[in-house]
Amino acid sequence: MSQENKPMGTEVEKAAHPLAETARMFIKNKAAVAGLIVLILIVLIAIFGPMFYTTDPEDMVWMAYSPPGAEGFLFGTDYLGRDLLAQMMYGARVSILVGLSAAFMTVFIGITVGALAGFYQGIVEEILMRITEFFQVLPTLLFSMVIVALFGASLPMITIAIGAVSWTAVARITRAEFMRIRNLEYVSAARAIGAKNNRLMFRVILPNALPPIIVQAALMVGSAILFEAGLSFLNLSDPNIISWGRIIGDNRVNILDSSFAVTIPGIAIFVTVLAISLVGDGLNDAFNPKLRGR
Amino acid sequence: MKFLKPTLARLTYAALLLIAVLVLNFSMLHLAPGDVADTISQSMGGADAETMEQIRHDYGLDQPFVVQLGKYVWNVLHFDLGYSFFYNQPVTTLILERLPATLLLVITAQILALVVGVLLGVYSARKPNGLASHFVTLVALFGYAAPVFWTGLLLLIAFSLKIPLFPVAGMIDVTVEGNFFDYAFDIIRHMVLPVLTLSSIFLALYSRLCRASMMEVLGSDYIRTAKAKGLSEKKVVLKHALKNSLSPVVTLAGLQFSAVISGAVLVETVFSWPGLGTLALEAIIARDTPTILGILFFSALVVIVGNILTDMALRFIDPRVRK
Repeated sequence: MSQENKPMGTEVEKAAHPLAETARMFIKNKAAVAGLIVLILIVLIAIFGPMFYTTDPEDMVWMAYSPPGAEGFLFGTDYLGRDLLAQMMYGARVSILVGLSAAFMTVFIGITVGALAGFYQGIVEEILMRITEFFQVLPTLLFSMVIVALFGASLPMITIAIGAVSWTAVARITRAEFMRIRNLEYVSAARAIGAKNNRLMFRVILPNALPPIIVQAALMVGSAILFEAGLSFLNLSDPNIISWGRIIGDNRVNILDSSFAVTIPGIAIFVTVLAISLVGDGLNDAFNPKLRGR
Repeated sequence: MKFLKPTLARLTYAALLLIAVLVLNFSMLHLAPGDVADTISQSMGGADAETMEQIRHDYGLDQPFVVQLGKYVWNVLHFDLGYSFFYNQPVTTLILERLPATLLLVITAQILALVVGVLLGVYSARKPNGLASHFVTLVALFGYAAPVFWTGLLLLIAFSLKIPLFPVAGMIDVTVEGNFFDYAFDIIRHMVLPVLTLSSIFLALYSRLCRASMMEVLGSDYIRTAKAKGLSEKKVVLKHALKNSLSPVVTLAGLQFSAVISGAVLVETVFSWPGLGTLALEAIIARDTPTILGILFFSALVVIVGNILTDMALRFIDPRVRK
């Protein structure tokens, strides 16, 4: 890629691996790198925080609604006098876990539907795109609220509820990419040497369709975190699981005393999703040299 | 204005989609553990097996699934969404009571987001590195990353608790008296914070997209021609460029109806807004099946009608779409 832009007369370099090129462009993007660092920090705190800060998030340790800093509780205490810092750390685990697994599910369904529709076209495409449109009409949050309320609010069920309603964007992007790529010469070449449909779809076309899907997947992690926060804010998630949205929902009852207990988890969600979106934007620019500088 | 008419095919397709929504929702609620008889017996404080049988028989729950589904779809086609055992009201009445509040919130928020988003987008596109442009980037990031219910709570803390400018909850004060304008003013006072909250998500999307599409259009040949023939900057931007950069924004806005309703559920909960969202949450917690089904149906209806209206708006703005 880089050689095309070289002025005439410079010596020919060995072309870098496309991924190395992407990584190089990503690192140049300061906002994206900052997002990545914040994200890594949050993940580290989620994994290791509770090992070092051993206060039980369910223990009532002090008076309710002690402000941040009081009695050595960095974030203060919640409506039951539980340590907010400990709760935040456990909440981070839930947010990240649900965010990643729901995004994985979204991408899995989206790629399958989009690839089949974009590759086979005709009647298969017609049916799959009608199904996609059908899911776009469903009011996402309402629908997943109902799923969670009816079939139980376990983490896997929440993940399924989020995944089931948010795959349509990935499916559309995948289909568009497949339609663009399927008629390229290198695909015809692969077909000519006898590659079967499955191989064509997932080994020949998919790798080249991946960049926009990866960007979308990154953004999906963010919206899944927001989605989970919304569900648990509405008190529809598992009552035994601490999550950021739930801390906000529980403490908002006495919002004047507890504005810090509402603000802190909100900031955590905001910063996490913001970091993910910066990384997503960075990936987008890195994959698309044309978009640089916008 | 003939091109504004939605085609028959489009309407038929919309109707089929709606019936599909009905079938899916009904099947889903049927698959779930527990039924209306359980809900009723719970509200009576428990019932023996015989009474349960009686209830199931009375409500037709002992009939085969397909018969129940057929009956339900048939009734909905006759505008009968069933009876809510929790609210002791027909579901249609219940929903029609709450629908205006939600529509008021959702439509005002969408319009506000569109107008302000387009203004910001246009303004910042002319100076890509100016202050407004950075502001759009900030707004876009905030709107995307901040959970909408949290934005609402922050506004609530700031502008109705710390500085008591706006009411904390509800849609209208019971104490309001007087003529139409007194009521209207009171509703507007209640609307400010919920509408601002809800539109914050979409403002971000629209302003960002509008800026991008405006920048693309401003670089095109016909704009250079317009400038070359001596039109003022203002006229070029507002008359020539804006029209063409609007259609992606309108398309995006049309795709957001489902997200707007999702956002409305959360915003209504934060501000105790008496709309479909709060009703849905109550009904879901109470396991009021007919009401849940009815709300899912109505919100799908809102999304579909929204999509059709978007298509019409697009055809109005962009002659290329009129086939």
